[in-house]
Amino acid sequence: MSGYISATDADRREMLATIGVSSIEELFDDIPASLRLGRPLALDGPLSELEVYEELKALAVRNTSTEDELTFLGAGMYDHYVPALVESIIERSEFLTPYTPYQPEISQGGLQAMFEYQTAICELTGLPVANASVYEGPSAVGAAAYVAKAARPAGRRIVVSHGVHPHARETLKTMAHSWGIEVVEVPLHDGVTEIPSLGEDVSALAIQQPNFLGAVEDVEALAAAAHAAGALCICSCDPLPLALLRTPGDCGVDIAVGEGQTLGNRLDFGGPSFGFFAATEALMRRMPGRIAGETRDVDGKRGFVLTLQTREQHIRREKATSNICTAQALNALAGVIYLSWLGRHGIVELAELLLQRTAYARERLHAIHGVAPLHDQLVIREFAVKLDAPVEHVVARCRAQGVNPGYPLGRDYPELADGLLVAITEQRTKAQIDRLADVLEGALSRDLEAYEEVKA
Amino acid sequence: MTAPYFIAAADDELTIYERSQPGRRAFVAPALDVPEKPLDELLPARLRRAEPPRLPEVAEPEIVRHYNRLSKRNFDLDTGFYPLGSCTMKHNPKLHERVAALPGHARLHPLQDPSHAQGALELMWRLQDALAEISGLPHVSLQPSAGSHGELAGVLITRAFHEDHGERRTQVLTPENAHGTNPATVTMAGYELVKVATDAHGNVDLDDLRAKATDDVACLMLTNPSTLGLFEHGIEEIERIVHGVGATLYYDGANLNAIMGIARPGDMGFDIVHFNLHKTFTQPHGGGGPGAGPIAVSERIEPYLPRPQVVRRDGSDNGADVTYDLDYDRPKSIGRLRGFQGNYGVFVRSYAYIRSLGAAGLREVSEVAVLNANYLLARLRREGVLQYLPAAYERLCMHEFVLSGGPMKHELGIKTLDLAKRLLDHGVHPPTVYFPLIVDEALLVEPTETETKETLDRFAEIVAEILREAREDPEIARSAPYTTPVRRLDEAAAARKPVVRQVLVAP
Repeated sequence: MSGYISATDADRREMLATIGVSSIEELFDDIPASLRLGRPLALDGPLSELEVYEELKALAVRNTSTEDELTFLGAGMYDHYVPALVESIIERSEFLTPYTPYQPEISQGGLQAMFEYQTAICELTGLPVANASVYEGPSAVGAAAYVAKAARPAGRRIVVSHGVHPHARETLKTMAHSWGIEVVEVPLHDGVTEIPSLGEDVSALAIQQPNFLGAVEDVEALAAAAHAAGALCICSCDPLPLALLRTPGDCGVDIAVGEGQTLGNRLDFGGPSFGFFAATEALMRRMPGRIAGETRDVDGKRGFVLTLQTREQHIRREKATSNICTAQALNALAGVIYLSWLGRHGIVELAELLLQRTAYARERLHAIHGVAPLHDQLVIREFAVKLDAPVEHVVARCRAQGVNPGYPLGRDYPELADGLLVAITEQRTKAQIDRLADVLEGALSRDLEAYEEVKA
Repeated sequence: MTAPYFIAAADDELTIYERSQPGRRAFVAPALDVPEKPLDELLPARLRRAEPPRLPEVAEPEIVRHYNRLSKRNFDLDTGFYPLGSCTMKHNPKLHERVAALPGHARLHPLQDPSHAQGALELMWRLQDALAEISGLPHVSLQPSAGSHGELAGVLITRAFHEDHGERRTQVLTPENAHGTNPATVTMAGYELVKVATDAHGNVDLDDLRAKATDDVACLMLTNPSTLGLFEHGIEEIERIVHGVGATLYYDGANLNAIMGIARPGDMGFDIVHFNLHKTFTQPHGGGGPGAGPIAVSERIEPYLPRPQVVRRDGSDNGADVTYDLDYDRPKSIGRLRGFQGNYGVFVRSYAYIRSLGAAGLREVSEVAVLNANYLLARLRREGVLQYLPAAYERLCMHEFVLSGGPMKHELGIKTLDLAKRLLDHGVHPPTVYFPLIVDEALLVEPTETETKETLDRFAEIVAEILREAREDPEIARSAPYTTPVRRLDEAAAARKPVVRQVLVAP
């Protein structure tokens, strides 16, 4: 008997008698005999708790985590410090184990936290409405496109910048194919999106700030280009740089989405994290997902409920604005706790620290023989360089020294096969950046030598 | 004393913004250790926001106290009975939080080279293998983030399958009692929804299905056991009808907890299955996520699975040179549905669960889940509850059952909603209410296998007590709850004039 089940043999006998059947088998009589499995599942176990712990630990140590190497990997998820209070709070049973708050009277904690979270996302994005989370960053771009499709029903195309995260572009294409909508890419020029001239059949222009190459985009000009064609502007944003940047709302963006991992969530090999989704007032009733709203109880006391539920699948069914049900409430809670921890001025200080250290790292790397800027655009927390030697080879050499220098851009951008994307967080000190520069220089010089020898 | 974003709050629970005071802080930034450049040089003023975001200014003790106090305004599974039908609110083992937090899992970057993420990829591969065995379908993608995301993956895969065979089908069938996510998914995947009726016994109406299963139908999405907690008697005939017109058969795994180790969707002829790891496989629900919605598919559907796929490569004949990798080279794949590899932290927990239980344990889960549901139904009957809340269908149920509050409404003057709200005063989370839609004043009860007989007994007694009370004074239930942090809330007002963020006024 599993330790997660209480029913003893005596319990079972008594329960069967109460039901009026003689065996548990009988309870399954509705399943035709021809469909019964008739053998045990081919699964090992059961194992004791300590055996499972040991097995999961043995698997964990075969991964090289950010504790095991000095990493400059980013490209959508970043090794930020998660403060202790976040884990202490989100591990509380009262936040960890309830379902979606369908009974608001006994869910005020979760609902108020959603309301506080929505407020924080509105502050960061400069847009008036945010939902209580979607799955994660790339699918949030697809979710935004679905809203744009409904808001611009005549649209036949969605235009996406080549600087949007490759996973987001691919997700968008996967989803839009089934809507009969074509996804067209607009190219980058010196690292930033060319201002496109859009036709009237375009329902949305999707961009990213900063873009995948780390470059700060002219969001206002891009949003204006979208609006000139009657299209919506969707902007996928990295939330921490929004502490410094003009808000998407201020720049004319209609829907701001993004990956929330950097807000108090661990890397977890890619999830669970959360996606945020904010929009203009005009799009409020087209938004996907849960939205917490303020109201009063019968005694006049302030309280919170899930509101605008007539948008949602459990009410509106095939006419719903999205099929999303379970989202990422606990991860969004981590997000608002983290933002409260950073606070109004702390988030600016953190973003400025990223800005300064990234500028230093960029300058330090550019000074290395064999490294050149991939673009000259402004950057905040991530930048791209060109290497004079095969990138995967250089990365492997650096890793042999315990340094993961970044993400080889050639994996997603064949035209940037010599590109390396380097990310900085507050956990990467000047000394570590100096080490990256030294190791990269060493790897390059050996590589360049070998390369020149082969050429000779 | 001035408050920066002060909103006069007569209420006892302030928001984090209302606790804010200028100058307070929790975060101390690491020292700037690089030569400082002028801000204007790095980011010109025209690109910068005018004001810092109006986030709270609060020191750590008050943040901790604020969220801990908020937590006490939540009811949770670790505290009490939560028989929320169709949600499988089973115990979430504590071990899982510990193993998911191990740095090798929790601090692993998603773009880490596969050669340096062998433990993670092997875990994913083993989980795929286990889910394939449980579902009876050989190929699994872990990528979808939740059940509804798995549904979308499944229907998009169906589209790819038909397109690859040169067919353009336009309709997807679902029973009228399907979960709301099914019809919403159908629309989101670009199909037209066609509803199939339910017969007098709670099964899919086979005649209606035959009439609607045409060459235009791409797929039938089915939950089995159904949302009524009943196993589809005609599943073999349903399979013949659906496959007879060349459509795919999709299994909504919300109710998989009823049949693990007893029967398998693959053996019933389903082509595509989604799992809810946050239901059947104990990922904590987190107040609305995270979850994960892996899908399993048959051989003929495999080429269309999302990419990348976790694969196992054996460089030798004897398993001495096994490695795990991510395979992107899948030309017929529908493509990605999200970033990276899925909700890995959820996979760690669900894998740990499957290892803890093994084959015998998983079968026991389903046996006791069904035993507990039937026992609770029998106990409610013995308490006389079914006189006012009859079972929607007089059959043995699977892991959950539906009662109709119609007679209660007419004879006692209280609605299912009132019963649910009165349950709150007894420290019990109400069952799912007003779903399925085809049952009048529905109450969908799913106790799960991890509850004790005593808890079920007590629940039956509480419901009986509420009905007795209503016979004497229905007003008590109609005005319930009384003991909760807030009482009934005005949801209509909230929707009419939505206040969905706090309006903050800078100091």
